[in-house]
Amino acid sequence: MGFKAKRLCKLALGPVLLFMSVSAMAAGGEASSINMTPGVTELGREIYDLHMIILWICVAIGVAVFGVMFYSIIFHRKSRGVTPATFHESTTVEIAWTVVPFFILIAMAVPATTTLLTLYDTDDSELDILITGYQWKWKYEYLNEEGENVSFFSNLRTPQAEIYNDEAKGEYYLLEVDEPMVLPVNTKVRFLVTANDVIHSWWVPALAVKRDAIPGFINETWARPTEQGIYRGQCSELCGKSHGFMPIVVNVVSKEEYGQWIAAKQTEASEVKQLTSQDFTLDELMVRGESVYDMSCLACHGAKGEGGVGNAIAGSSVATGGINAHLEIGINGVPGTAMQAFGGQLSDVDMAAVITYQRNAFGNNMGDSLQPVDVYNYKKR
Amino acid sequence: MGDHHHGPAKGLTRWLFTTNHKDIGTMYLWFSFSMFLLGGFFAMIIRAELFQPGMQLIEPAFFNQMTTLHGLIMVFGAIMPSFVGLANWLIPMMIGAPDMALPRMNNWSFWILPPAFLLLASTLFMEGGAPAAGWTFYAPLSTTYAGPSVTYFIFCIHVLGLSSIMGSINIIATVMNMRAPGMTYMKMPLFVWTWLITAFLLVAVMPVLAGAVTMMLMDVHFGTSFFSAAGGGDPVLFQHIFWFFGHPEVYIIILPAFGVVSQIIPAFSRKPLFGYDSMVYATASIAFLSFIVWAHHMYTVGMPVAGELFFMYATMLIAVPTGVKVFNWISTMWRGALSFETPMLFSIGFIILFTIGGFTGLMLSIAPADFQYHDSYFVVAHFHYVMVAGAVFSMTAAIYFWLPKWCGRMYNETMGKTHFWISFIGFNLAFFPQHFVGLAGMPRRIPDYALQFADFNMMSSIGAFIYGASQILFLYNVIATIVAGDPVSDEKVWDGAEGLEWTLPTPVPYHTFETPPLVK
Amino acid sequence: MTGQTSTEYEKYYVPEKSRLALCATTGLILSIYGASGIMNDMTFGDPDEATNSWSIFLFGMFFFAATLFSWFRTAIKENIAGLNSAQLKKSYVLGMFWFIFSEVMFFFAFFGALFYVRNLAGPWLGGEGDGGRMNGLLWPSFDFSWPMMQTPQEAMGGATTQLIANNGSFTSAHTSMSFADAHAWWHWLPLWNTLVLLTSSVTCHIAHLGILKGDKKKFNLWLGITVALGMIFVYLQIMEYYEAYNEFGLTLNSGIYGSTFFMLTGFHGFHVFMGMTMLLIQLLRSVIGKQFTATEHFGFEASSWYWHFVDVVWVFLFLFVYIL
Ligand code: HEA
Ligand code: HEA
Ligand code: HEC
Ligand code: CUA
Ligand SMILES: [Cu+2]
Repeated sequence: MGFKAKRLCKLALGPVLLFMSVSAMAAGGEASSINMTPGVTELGREIYDLHMIILWICVAIGVAVFGVMFYSIIFHRKSRGVTPATFHESTTVEIAWTVVPFFILIAMAVPATTTLLTLYDTDDSELDILITGYQWKWKYEYLNEEGENVSFFSNLRTPQAEIYNDEAKGEYYLLEVDEPMVLPVNTKVRFLVTANDVIHSWWVPALAVKRDAIPGFINETWARPTEQGIYRGQCSELCGKSHGFMPIVVNVVSKEEYGQWIAAKQTEASEVKQLTSQDFTLDELMVRGESVYDMSCLACHGAKGEGGVGNAIAGSSVATGGINAHLEIGINGVPGTAMQAFGGQLSDVDMAAVITYQRNAFGNNMGDSLQPVDVYNYKKR
Repeated sequence: MGDHHHGPAKGLTRWLFTTNHKDIGTMYLWFSFSMFLLGGFFAMIIRAELFQPGMQLIEPAFFNQMTTLHGLIMVFGAIMPSFVGLANWLIPMMIGAPDMALPRMNNWSFWILPPAFLLLASTLFMEGGAPAAGWTFYAPLSTTYAGPSVTYFIFCIHVLGLSSIMGSINIIATVMNMRAPGMTYMKMPLFVWTWLITAFLLVAVMPVLAGAVTMMLMDVHFGTSFFSAAGGGDPVLFQHIFWFFGHPEVYIIILPAFGVVSQIIPAFSRKPLFGYDSMVYATASIAFLSFIVWAHHMYTVGMPVAGELFFMYATMLIAVPTGVKVFNWISTMWRGALSFETPMLFSIGFIILFTIGGFTGLMLSIAPADFQYHDSYFVVAHFHYVMVAGAVFSMTAAIYFWLPKWCGRMYNETMGKTHFWISFIGFNLAFFPQHFVGLAGMPRRIPDYALQFADFNMMSSIGAFIYGASQILFLYNVIATIVAGDPVSDEKVWDGAEGLEWTLPTPVPYHTFETPPLVK
Repeated sequence: MTGQTSTEYEKYYVPEKSRLALCATTGLILSIYGASGIMNDMTFGDPDEATNSWSIFLFGMFFFAATLFSWFRTAIKENIAGLNSAQLKKSYVLGMFWFIFSEVMFFFAFFGALFYVRNLAGPWLGGEGDGGRMNGLLWPSFDFSWPMMQTPQEAMGGATTQLIANNGSFTSAHTSMSFADAHAWWHWLPLWNTLVLLTSSVTCHIAHLGILKGDKKKFNLWLGITVALGMIFVYLQIMEYYEAYNEFGLTLNSGIYGSTFFMLTGFHGFHVFMGMTMLLIQLLRSVIGKQFTATEHFGFEASSWYWHFVDVVWVFLFLFVYIL
């Protein structure tokens, strides 16, 4: 082998070796930054194994195919003075290389089929959670719990300052939320996935769950995490401007811990209900309203109410006009625009607070306010 | 009518009014190359923003517009027209025809493209910006939630479809009707074969895409509810229609590339193509299968499991005919007398990288595994391997291969080889790491990402810049060749090249085969 | 072409440079630019703001139509001048054939959509199916049937109780277009439409037989009848739409039933109109221009293929939209 040939040989093996070494590194099992995670569910491990089998088959075929090719490149070159052969067909080999791959494919299809059937088997779940995608947050609703249904939104917690590089980025940059989904360990959980506006997709690699959230339809999927821990994922279907800022955090805890958590959540829910019948001072409403505003409205209406995707709130004719018209927009949105109906997303307390806030902040000194019960009555109307 | 042996007309009207397949081919090629630069420029913006975590250069909304326009322009503006251009130049010369079957329509197919893309690009400056729902523009993000630009976008798609349909009808008519005596179907060069089949695919699926965007138009402006559950429709319906078009579309992109490689490999192996017949059958099988696999893009939308299985099996099957092609190319090289001029380098690069892309495609086709791969950068890596290292590499090879024939001047070989090596390295650096970040959980179409993806993304961006920069070398080389390359007068240009086009004088005269040659 | 060799080769006519394509482009692009403007003004625009979208659109359409007219005229003149070899004529045949094929695929998309919503999405919305998609939770009071006389939205209480944000409102018809809903069979327009169109296919064929024998009188007569039947069809179709909108409450807003109904019949009607115009032009060419002989009548043949194609589409429409 001449020097050139050796060099070529190395170059040729480069990509193959890279591929192999990388997959070898990843085969270690732990969550890695270069390979799929086996995750913490039985199904996840099955999928991971499937992935690795097929990867290795492909690598093997690749080595064989490229091996032949590089042999040819090295030894059958014109500069070596070879005379080209003239053969141009061979029915036998042609049939062979049609049939052999076919059988390889069948070998792959078998485990793929069983895994897929498992993946689709949502029967016998012990806990049902309705997941609704919104632009750009997730809503989790725990169904068939005795007592109060628990439901809450899960928003991105990473501050704008980190995103725009004004502050150092934290460890879980973009993968942190204000309120994670909490799951009991070793429990088969069925996820019912849907969306309120556009298509989103709920993906948590460690749970081996990815399901599209289709507005108007419900998709089912499931997971049975076997290890406690915090698992992170992201919305994985392009859903507009902040598609990249719509993380998912799942906190898998022991069954006892889960029991405590759900109980606390239920109490909280009935407390909020209580609040609805309570009266607030303007100041209380303003404080609460500001945090609601920052969480739910700021993205479109701007930190100073100056507008953006949405109209300016500062000096807006709505925010400085009749209070009911203002509330109407808050509850039912403006059809056909990005202004969604927040009536189903915010509690009556929060709605009252944020409307009050909009009317009295940003130089809109209207001085009037809404009580939660007003919102409640308006909705009932 | 007068004398037919005149040269081209002078001035601008030569290009505006021409009916000559070579002129039209040239216009297609230059147009697609400028679209490639534009789409590539958008890719550079994407990669620059993704260079580091955090938002540095652009806003998320604009990022989505870049991703969308990059995909659209590359697919519809760069790759497809480039192969139509090649078809225009080569098919008449390869089958011994005086021109395309319907020359005036040919001119029209070309001329509606530039204004349509101009209109599309101009939406960037509109209020609300350009379309931002991805090149797959899934409803309802692209309908109920889109701005006014969507209307222009829809009509642009109609026009592109019209152009493709007319172009394909022309190619079908040319191939079926204009072959020189003796040029039977099974003697046609493979490039002609692959294009004939591609043209069938185009005529079959472009109208379906037109249907999809028409439904969008109605949903946006006239209150229908095709893609809205509240009225009894289904957003997923859009995806079915789109992918019924979209999957054959990816083979529309790759089949002519297969054709090109099947011309070049034998030339530089100095040995006839191995398994010509099986190449033809494989191409036809791929085309047939491409109609029944579309839902592999939709494994996660919640299809019934029976559908899921059907589409999985059908998709996996495509590996068989594609494998036949790869094996045939390698057998063509086997025991040939190989030399490695630039077109050959790009073709070998094509085989290696396309096969890797094909392998990842096969992995994606495994439905349960795709639940983890889907909409991650693994998919982005897959399709850049098949489309950039596949379609673009083969297109590049084609230009190096036929340019000397067309203009009678030789390109600079050293520069060509340099172009190859920089491209090859840059490309792999750009897209190989995307497999890793994808598997590790990075979704696609995001302007910003979590910290664990930072290193590979930086690598990827650097690779992309290198690959992009190498295209400037290409542009320079092509222009330098046309203007001042070393003259070649040998009819064959390459000693191993076979086919009717190589029997013509070099450079090829303006009109060729006015009387058809007899093919033995 | 069989038996053709270099010696007995008939020259393939390659036209000189031509401005037709560029003019057609100008017309087309102006039309779509104008049309986009019109629609955007309608949906997003300020009603008081004056725009020139309509003028651009109309000008573009006019320019486009004029170009096409002169394009066809050129092609016809070339043929009469004897420039077109048999081979070239075959190119036209192939062109027309594959054009019609592409039209078939366009309709295929809409029929596919109809199939999908009727057999898959509709039942899912009604709560059927498990494992994949289920909706018992989302639209509990919606029952699926076809024709869909109540949209899921209405079943849930209408547009004010939106389940999905920003959806607009969909109000169903009270009467469907199917036979069961007709007052009496002779009131059922689709039946008449079917008769008219099927007859016209036959008359068109008779005209064809006529011209093949060189019988111009027969040709003109039956072609005239075909065109007249085409006009009657278009007229009946307009009546039907009028009835749908004004009496049945069936509109484009009537959920997926209205959407599929109007899109399928609308595009078909548009194609009938196109086909009729094409045939009319052939009639005028024959009567006024004294063109067409037993061997030279490709313009007519192409139009007649188109006409038969439109007819076949109608048969499917009748079956899947009106009857089943
Ligand atoms: C040129 C374009 C092109 C080509 C040729 C292909 C080829 C293939 N693609 Fe790819 N694909 C795209 C362009 C292309 N793709 C694009 C653009 C997308 C993303 C669209 C979007 O969402 O934006 C996509 C996405 C995509 C998906 C969806 C992923 C997802 O979104 O979740 C899938 C899933 O099945 C898939 C599969 C395949 C397969 C099986 C092939 C096969 O044809 C490959 C066959 C080739 C080989 C297998 C290699 C050679 C064979 C051998 C050496 C024989 C022996 C081998 C074996 C027996 C294993 N592709
Ligand atoms: C054939 C089609 C094709 C081609 C050729 C390319 C080429 C490239 N693409 Fe591709 N890409 C797609 C089709 C294609 N792409 C599609 C369909 C999508 C999906 C879109 C969607 O999600 O909707 C996509 C998405 C996509 C993404 C994911 C975006 C996202 O998910 O948000 C990325 C990111 O890296 C990317 C990068 C690149 C790069 C770096 C190139 C490079 O190869 C480009 C190289 C070319 C140039 C750079 C131009 C030439 C040089 C100059 C203009 C000089 C100036 C440059 C320098 C000085 C550096 N593309
Ligand atoms: C996703 C973007 C978005 C979010 C989040 C959002 N809005 Fe809006 N909002 C809009 C848009 C867009 C409009 C303009 C609608 C129109 O065109 O009439 C708007 C308009 C309004 C108006 C009317 C202003 C005027 O002068 O016309 C009010 C009031 C309002 N929003 C309140 C809210 C409240 C309260 C919240 C949070 C609880 C909120 N918005 C969150 C997008 C948003
Ligand atoms: Cu939600 Cu992407
Ligand atoms: Cu595909």
